[in-house]
Formats: sequence, structure tokens, C-alpha cells
Amino acid sequence: MLGRLTWSAIPFGEPIALYTGVVVIVVILAVLGLITVKGWWPYLWREWITSVDHKRIGVMYFVLGLIMLLRGFADAIMMRSQQAIAVGNAQGYLPPDHYDQIFSAHGTIMIFFVAMPFVIGLINFVMPLQLGVRDVAFPVLNSVSFWLTAAAVLLINVSLVVGNFGRIGWMGYPPLSELAYSPDVGPDYYLWSLQISGIGTLLTGVNFVTTILKLRAPGMLYFRMPVFCWTALAASMLIVAAFPILTATFVMLLLDRYLGMHFFTNDAGGNQMMYVNLFWAWGHPEVYILILPMFGVFSEVIATFSGKALFSYRSMVLATLAICVLSFMVWLHHFFTMGAGADVNAFFGIMSAIIAVPTGVKVFNWLFTLFRGRVVYRMPVIWAIGFMVTFVIGGMTGVLLAVPPNDFILHNSTFLVAHFHNVIIGGVVFGAMAAYNYWFPKAFGFTLDERWGKVSFFCWLIGFYLAFVPLYVLGLMGMTRRLQHIPDPSWQPLLLVAEAGAIIILGGILAQVVQLYVSIRTREQRRDLTGDPWNGRTLEWATSSPPPAYNFAVLPRVETIDAFWEMKRKGLPHNQSPGAEPAYEPIELPRNSAIGFIIAFFAVIAGFAAIWHIWWLVLSGLLAIAVTILVFGWSENREREIPAAELARMERLSLGRSR
Amino acid sequence: MASDDSVFGQRVLEDRTPGVEPEESRANVLSYTAGFLLAIVATIASFIVSQTNLLWPPGVPVGLVVLAFAQIGVHLVFFLHLGSGPDHTNNIIALAFGLLIVFLVITGSIWIIANLNANMG
Amino acid sequence: MTIAATIDAAPTELVPGRGGGGPAPTRIVVAYGFWIFLLSDFIMFSGLFAAYAVLSSNTAGGPTGRDLFNLHNVFIETMCLLVSSYTCGLGAFSAERRRPDLFFVFAALTFVLGAAFLFIEIREFAGMVGAGAGPSRSAFLSAFFTLVGMHGAHVTSGLLWLAYMAAQVAGKGLRPNVLRRLVCWSLFWHALDIIWIGVITMVYLMGAR
Repeated sequence: MLGRLTWSAIPFGEPIALYTGVVVIVVILAVLGLITVKGWWPYLWREWITSVDHKRIGVMYFVLGLIMLLRGFADAIMMRSQQAIAVGNAQGYLPPDHYDQIFSAHGTIMIFFVAMPFVIGLINFVMPLQLGVRDVAFPVLNSVSFWLTAAAVLLINVSLVVGNFGRIGWMGYPPLSELAYSPDVGPDYYLWSLQISGIGTLLTGVNFVTTILKLRAPGMLYFRMPVFCWTALAASMLIVAAFPILTATFVMLLLDRYLGMHFFTNDAGGNQMMYVNLFWAWGHPEVYILILPMFGVFSEVIATFSGKALFSYRSMVLATLAICVLSFMVWLHHFFTMGAGADVNAFFGIMSAIIAVPTGVKVFNWLFTLFRGRVVYRMPVIWAIGFMVTFVIGGMTGVLLAVPPNDFILHNSTFLVAHFHNVIIGGVVFGAMAAYNYWFPKAFGFTLDERWGKVSFFCWLIGFYLAFVPLYVLGLMGMTRRLQHIPDPSWQPLLLVAEAGAIIILGGILAQVVQLYVSIRTREQRRDLTGDPWNGRTLEWATSSPPPAYNFAVLPRVETIDAFWEMKRKGLPHNQSPGAEPAYEPIELPRNSAIGFIIAFFAVIAGFAAIWHIWWLVLSGLLAIAVTILVFGWSENREREIPAAELARMERLSLGRSR
Repeated sequence: MASDDSVFGQRVLEDRTPGVEPEESRANVLSYTAGFLLAIVATIASFIVSQTNLLWPPGVPVGLVVLAFAQIGVHLVFFLHLGSGPDHTNNIIALAFGLLIVFLVITGSIWIIANLNANMG
Repeated sequence: MTIAATIDAAPTELVPGRGGGGPAPTRIVVAYGFWIFLLSDFIMFSGLFAAYAVLSSNTAGGPTGRDLFNLHNVFIETMCLLVSSYTCGLGAFSAERRRPDLFFVFAALTFVLGAAFLFIEIREFAGMVGAGAGPSRSAFLSAFFTLVGMHGAHVTSGLLWLAYMAAQVAGKGLRPNVLRRLVCWSLFWHALDIIWIGVITMVYLMGAR
């Protein structure tokens, strides 16, 4: 009746997991209780849960990423602490079985449920505004994508209290992830969670590509698009091209585990190297999906805060497209040591070195943008400068690893761990923080507190270097990754330094929490009344803060790059196109839809049931999803109209507020 | 749901997607049928090439691949109305990118795994 | 010409959806989005094709393609799918010309041919499983059943979708949103035939030699 689910699934024998689980459940119930008592459900349902507005969905993605950053970071600090003390005879406080789940969860959560939501949330919020349009191509699909991601987050967190997470790393290599060596539910939580969010992400990629190619303001030719939209396009094309490979790979592993097939088993002809090959054919483009939009963020931020146009827009675009294509030609560098011959290794090593070139072009373009600009030091550009230094170092260690003989010594050492954290934290996290500070006023109508922003930045920066430079050294000294116990006591001093770094990063995260709290408390002092707090260059700053649901009452007519800068130069008031008087026409906006939430609800049920082999529940869940889609497919009246008079009234109100 | 034929007094090319044929004319059904017959010929040819010795045996895999591309090409051009004009640029670029990735994944995997199998098998 | 000059010389006619005239009309946006989704589906299949290519000789002492494949059936299946692509297109023409009666005829023909394809394929699978050559016998068979079966699963979804579309045409008539969905459906159906061409070439025709 309940498959293989029994009471023994609850980790009564593992105090850390149990107590954490209890605390989390209590907090969730408290939050739900507070919402109920305050009567906020109708507001939440109407304005957020069923919203198909890209701005709302973007904020929800980003918030999801921030929450999961806390979980992922908790995993990180637990690992750091274990490694700092488990030397010699000391065993630390995390048994291997638990430690293995933690490093697996840490990687999975950080990549799929922190970095991806940051990127997708940012593109969601900013891109339609920058393109001068009202929403993405498929707003309801956008909501479905978000809720599927949230469903996957829920499923992965349930593994903390019901069953266990995988002990297979964030990559899930067979044969360890096969039934023979991991008969438990852990790998199934991993696989089903990622398949569910993978569908959401793929649909997002389709949505974004279509939006950028087919929905732009009149006059916005490709080479008048903001650079952030170019990087969003490249990342979205990579999503569409790469995620299906991961889907196919996980399908094969699931078939091995559920139907006894032999894609990657030890017996009957399975080939585990094929899993590694296909996984990284997805995995390498994935990291470019994460970093390219952040490059776009930095392009926007650096240009705005230098008071200058971005240096060499064209080479920026070409470099972006080059990275996009090249990212599919380097994937073997993740498994140089798996045994390929010199010809194969050399080809991929050379390609990996080549892909650093367009990135270098970008860095020089940013430097030339800052050069002779009047740089205004606000949080976004401070994060950008921190990024440039940190990411370049990380990139250089990457080129070092791209040379196969080097990689033979350093593969799977902490040198590798330091390299990818260097580029991901320096690139993706710093980019998310820059974007957060930059676009927060657009989303919420007031800027963030600068003082606490600086505290958080310096904690992150100093903490990062203290936490990861020792790992470079340790890697060169021979320490491998994922160690639950440290065999060589001479490594301990460096590990203690790394632990100190992790604690300082914790300070940075806490400072950001304080920053948010203080900013909300003192928001009236930092209200953004004009919609343009930073003297921006692109069209999102032409709207009020926050923008109305329809973004632009009249779609702007674009004639140059940096369309909004041009409008300001011509002395136009906001929301008006050059030469045209505001002749408002009625606007059609999509109505809210609960379909995203409903499908995700049943996806959680079906996924949980699949993990625990509760077959009747799997079928019921899938059937419910099918019925939901069929019912939605039959519905009409999916749009609501805003009449011209109403539009005029709303525009007059917002213009009045900005004077 | 007509699209503008002249905007700002300039000749406007129509935006096209695969599968959508704007004009209604007898010629379309004829060209569609021609494509169908071509596809049948190519299909039968590939079965013949595979099962007989009409083609020099070592060249059969190449022949099959060529015929497969022919069949796929017929589908794309005749059934999906994929063209080469400027109004199809987005569609062609998207298809080209997709085909590049398919090629890289399949041939890349074959090359890599063959190499690995030889060294590690 | 330098790159910069080439970029400046790019066509700037004002076409909706191509930078000039603003956002494209809905039917273009929907069809293009679905085309992008189909390309992602091709790539998903390419992962399965790659696995098949790599594992096709790992028969673990069990039956090979030569032992198992019946090319007569494969030829009939191929013709069913190809003719169904043709009738699908005729159905699309009928819909565009607002002839629901003709549309139903061609939709029914397409459905029958697709169902015939599935019937033959399921019979083939059942036969192989019954003969001890099921997907858990060897890596080759796992790859075969998954690749061909995934295609069959797509065909099944396509038929269910066709039935749903026929119901929509009957219940709502050929209004714009229904027509857009029909375009997506016929794109899907043609794409499945394209993938089948890949399947017969790589799996059956090469494997039966």
C-alpha cells in the first residue's frame, strides 16, 4: 500500500538530521500559522502564487535561491567544521554515512537550487523590461516552470526527514548510484527531484529564447539589445541544448534502478564511462548557463556606474556567442583521467584553453569601460570589482587545469574544489549580489542600505579567500576532495584557516540579512521616486519602481543602443517614446493561473511516490497532472483587458508620484 | 490574424515559422505530394541499400546516412516549409544550432567512448 | 568587409518579431516556441542515440540486432508513419482552409496509421521479451528498448493529443487558438517521423547487416 515506506524512514537514530528536521518543520508551521492568522492567504494567492507576471515570478525564483543558499551554506559549514577537527585520532562529529549525504546535498542544492534560480530569476525580472515589452512569450508556462522548481526543492528537503539523501555526490556517478551499491532511496530523491526541476528549466529556456527572438520593442534590432539580454539569450540557448542531455542520462539511470536495465551497471555490458561522458556533456554548458548572465549583469553595472557606454558592444556580443558555441566542445576536461588517449585529451585540453580567450575579451572590455569613466562606488559596482579580481584568478586556475598533465595530478583534489568555488562564488554569487543590489530598487521601490552592504561584501570577499586559498595549497600537497577524516595532520592548520574563512562568510550572509532588515525599516529615506536611482542606460529604468503590471503603457520606440540613455539625452519624460504623444490603447494582460501550483503539487506527490515505490500514487499523481492540463487546455478567457482610460489614469498617477 | 504588409512604407518581409504556410493555393498540395513521393523513394532506397549488394558493401553505412539526411531534408523542406529566405533566418539558425549539438553529442560520445574502451576495456 | 560593417549592413526592414515592428503576432510566437521545444527534444533523443551507438555491441552473450530485427515489419511501420505524416499535412491544409469536415477525415486516417505503427511496435517488443530478449538482458537491449520505446511513447502522446485536438475542433471550431495548437501538433508529428528516420537508419538498417 505504501511501497517501501515505513516508519524506519524517519531518522530517529541520527540526532543532527532529526533535530534539524524538527526545527525546520516547526519554522515552516510557524510561518504558515502567521500567514493564516494575519489573513494573508488571499493576498499571497492572488498576487504571488497564481501570478503569471514575470516580475513576480522573478522575485520568487530569487527568494527561493536565497533560502536554499542558507541550506547549502549550512551544509558547507558543517563540512568545513568536520574537516577542521577530524584529524588523527579525532573522528569529528559527522559519521561518514551522514557526511556523504551532506557533500552530495551541498553540491546539488547550490548548483540546481541556488545558482540556477538566481540566474533564471534575474533574467525573468529584467529581460522583458530591458526589451521594452510587457512579459515573456509564455507567461503561464513561466509560472509552471517556477512551481516545478519549487516542487523539486520541497522534495529534496523532505529527504532530510523521510529517508535519506544520496551519498553519491552531486554528479551521481555509477556504479555507486546503481541499485547494487545504493539500494536506498537517496539516489532516487536526487534523480526525481532533478528530473522535475529539469522540466521546469527546459520550459524556461524555450520561453526565454522565444521572448528574446520574437518579442522586442519596435526598433530594437538585435544589435540594439542590452548586453544582459544577449547573455540571457546565449544562456537560454544553452539551457535548451544541454538540459535534454541530462534528462536522457537520468532516464537511463532511472531505468537501470527501476526496471533492471544495464546502461551503466557492472554486468551485462553496461558502460559507466558513458554516464560520465553524457553527464558532463550537460555539465559543462551548465556552468556557462550560470556565468553568462552574470557577465551580462556586470556589463550593465559597470557601464552604469562608470557613466559610460560599455566598451566595444560588438566584441562583447561576439565573445558571448563564441563562448556559447565553444562551451559544447570542452566537456571531456572533466574526466581527463578516465583513460582517453593523448589525442582526445589534447583536443579537449586545447579547446578548454581557447574558451578562456573570449572571456578575456570581456574582462578587458570591462576594464576599458571603467577606464576614464567617472566611477561612482555603490554596492553593485563594488561587487563587480570584487568579481573581476576573484573570477580572473579562478579562471587562470581553470586554464592551468585544462592542461591534461596538470590535471592528472590535480583532478579531484581540493585544488579543483578551490578552482570551481573560485569561479562560481566569484562569478555567480558575486554577480547575484551585484544584481540584487542593482535591481532591488526597481523591484521594491527603495534602495538597499549601503553600509551593511559593504559589511557583507568585505565579509564575503575576505571570507572567500581565507576559505579557499588554503584549499589550493592543500590540493597541491595531495589532499583529495570529500574527505570525512583527514589522514595527514600537517594539513590541519590550513583547514583551520579555511574554517575561519567559512565563518567570516557566514558573517557576510548574516550582514545581508541585517541589510535587508535595516533597508526595510528605513525604506522611506531611500525611496526611489523617479524609477532611475542609478542614472541607468537601459529601458527597465524608464519605468516606475516597481513597474506597473503592464510594464510600459506604450511600447517604447527604440532607435539606438542604450535606449533609455538616448531618451534622457533627448530630454524625454519617462514612459514616453520620442515624438509620440501618449495615445493609449487598451492592453491585454494574461489572467492569473493556478495551473503552475497545481501541477507542481501533484508533481511532488508523484515524485515522492516514485521514490518510495508507491505505484498507485504515482499513477494517480500523473493522471491528476494530465487532467489539469486537459482542463486548462479547454479554457478560454485567459486574458483581461485594461481599458485605455484606466491606463491613462494609472500613468498619470505614477508620473505624478515621480515629480 | 493578418500580418502587416506594409509598415512605414517599406517592403516588409513576413516572419515565418516552420509548419506555417501563409498562402492558400493548389500549388501547396502539389508540392507537398511531391515531397511525400520523394520521401517514399528515399525510404525504399535505404532499405534496398541496406539489404542488397547494389552499393559497395563498405560504403553502405555512408549511403544510409546520406539517404537519411535526404529523407530528413525532404521532411524539413516539403512538410515543414523550412526555406532559405531571410524570413526563415531564425528558424534555420535554431535548426543549425540544434543539429550542431546533436552532431557533437553523438559523434563526440562515439569518439570518446571508443577511445576509452580501447584503453580501458 | 569587417565584422562591424557586416553588422551595420544587417537588414533593418521593420518586421514584427524581427526587431523592426515590435513583438511578433501570437501564432508566430507560439509556433516558434514549439519549434525550439522540438529541437530540445531532438537533443534529448541524441543522448539516447549516442548511448545506443556506444552500447549496441554490448550484447553480453545474448541476442544481437541481426538475430532480432524483422525488416518487413520495420518497413510497414515506416510506411505507416510516413503516410500518416502526409495525411497530417493534408489535415493541416484542411484546417487552414476552414474545412473541419475534411480535417476530421485526415485526422482519423492519421490516427489509424499511427495506431497501426504502435500496434506493430508493441507486438515486436512483446515478442522480444517473450523470447528472453527483454531490456534487462543486456546493455544493447536496454539501449534498444529505451530509444525505440521513447519514440513509441512520443507517438502515443501524439495520438492522445490528436484525439484531444479533434475534440477541440468539434467542440470549439477552428478558432485562432485551436489553429495554433494544430500547427504545434503537426510540427510534433512531423518531428516524430524525422526521429524515426534516424531510428531505422541507425538501429534497424545498420543493425540488421
